[in-house]
Amino acid sequence: MAGKKPAFNIQILNHSTVEQTGVEERAIRFTKRSIKGASKMQGLHMVLSMIDLTTLEGKDTPGKVNQLCIKARHLHDHIPGLPSVAAICVYPSMVSVAKKALQGSTIKVASVATAFPSGQSSLRIKLADTRFAVEEGADEVDMVISRGKFHAGEYAYVFDEIAAVKEACGKARLKVILETGELGTLDQVKKASTIAIAAGADFIKTSTGKIQPAATMPVTLVMLETIRDHFYKTGKKVGMKPAGGISKSKLALHYLVMVKETLGDAWLDKQLFRFGASSLANDVLMQVAKETLGHYQSPNYFSID
Amino acid sequence: MSEQSRLEIWKTYKIYIGGQFPRTESGRSYAVKNAAGKTIANVCQSSRKDVRDAVSAARAAWGGWSNRSGFNRGQILYRIAEMLEGRKKQIKDELIAQGYTSAVATREINLSIDRLIYYAGWCDKYQSLFSSVNPVASAHYNFSVPEPMGVVGLLAPQKAPLLGVISLMAPCIAGGNTCLILANQEQPLAAVSFAEVLNSSDVPGGVVNILTGYQEELTDWICAHLDVNAVVCYEQGELDWQKMQEKGASHVKRMFRWPATQLYAQGGQSPYLIMDLQEIKTTWHPVQTIAGSGGAY
Repeated sequence: MAGKKPAFNIQILNHSTVEQTGVEERAIRFTKRSIKGASKMQGLHMVLSMIDLTTLEGKDTPGKVNQLCIKARHLHDHIPGLPSVAAICVYPSMVSVAKKALQGSTIKVASVATAFPSGQSSLRIKLADTRFAVEEGADEVDMVISRGKFHAGEYAYVFDEIAAVKEACGKARLKVILETGELGTLDQVKKASTIAIAAGADFIKTSTGKIQPAATMPVTLVMLETIRDHFYKTGKKVGMKPAGGISKSKLALHYLVMVKETLGDAWLDKQLFRFGASSLANDVLMQVAKETLGHYQSPNYFSID
Repeated sequence: MSEQSRLEIWKTYKIYIGGQFPRTESGRSYAVKNAAGKTIANVCQSSRKDVRDAVSAARAAWGGWSNRSGFNRGQILYRIAEMLEGRKKQIKDELIAQGYTSAVATREINLSIDRLIYYAGWCDKYQSLFSSVNPVASAHYNFSVPEPMGVVGLLAPQKAPLLGVISLMAPCIAGGNTCLILANQEQPLAAVSFAEVLNSSDVPGGVVNILTGYQEELTDWICAHLDVNAVVCYEQGELDWQKMQEKGASHVKRMFRWPATQLYAQGGQSPYLIMDLQEIKTTWHPVQTIAGSGGAY
């Protein structure tokens, strides 16, 4: 983008309708693949490497964030050869704590910003929020779109806001949270995805995790297909991050199948695909331990997340 | 339509996990035969993944169940007995179909109901009976109190298809534990029908989970599962007790083998069986009044 902010063109929203039944049936099919043995283990390792280990609570303390960072670096040292997670996702006020705790590792620090989770504030404050996160050392910024403006039909406002936040991010990668649980229909999801990508998003992300429903497979499929359309048109790869509600390893593997069959192997990489989750890591670890040790595990033997 | 031309609707015997009646995830089944060798029903041949799901359900239910008052658990056990009383005929028919005489079947059911009532009474009493205030040489009260262990795996004996299940289950849940039960392999019908009784008796989903399947296949998985705190079975030749203990040893699982001879006897019900599935917690509490503290202040 090199300093030049993109301008909104309403034409991009033409033909942004989705056939809901078709999408839902297609999404169900991804859950029918049988993944066992070595491929399952490989998939589970990949899931671990793609997790944005997240804590976004009012009661977060430096101690809690420190603990989470230690977990990120040492997922389960009893089992050798495990990857570390992709990133830690925290509020801006916790970025410096996480940055310090993750020094010397390759784990990124992601910060939510722009009046997360509602996004109901002025652009000035949202930009200040973003700059603060980046100055504290965030490698990635997770912004929320203004759903109110989006529903009011002010697409240009939503677009310009994303573009402005992208500019404020500087070198930090921008993930744009659509909060699909508040968008209502798959058509709206497609529209919002298109706007976010055109405005310069590096990633598009389903949810804040504060609203139900959060990430679902049909919603994620629509977003992945929007990414694919954009790739065919421009050759540019945009990342995807489903977040919220993915807490079981089996479901995570279904998502990987969906990514592979929609976008291809290039997206099976933490540079382009992430899971926003807190309890998923332990479930995956328990599966890996079960495959390694041969019997079922108890959460008592895994660190608290 | 005349009774003769009407096609009878047969029951599908399913397993009971988390208050639901799913089929086994494996899709397998095996035939249950009567004494004459004729197939009378097909039941689920549960897999290790059903065991895993049952343990997850039991673990999820444990917090709520163990926190209920003993009195309330007693009410619910009494309710199970009431409901079972109303289902007597159905279960008796199933027992007879599997080769029991009418008199033996009636005795089995009556003993089962009485056993439930027996343990219903103990729910709010065993704790005070087995707790103690211990003398210590400092200004503290020192209490030892029994507390439930957690999730318990129960392997039903290969006789007494209903009484065996209830004799294991009742002391287990009376003490605030949750459980998964592997039913009698050859005669599982009464256990499945009993699950329907449980489902209509105010027992929260997941407190009792009942699987049907091959004992030889599933015993190891239950004994080795790290999230199962204890396993109880009756003495019986088919079980390799030493191997079971080895499987449980890695994580110090509590393993119990109750005498099979007691099943029908008075000794088959006892508050000590509740206590097998309790851990003793000892608490120190500072004495708060100076007068009560003796010389230590």
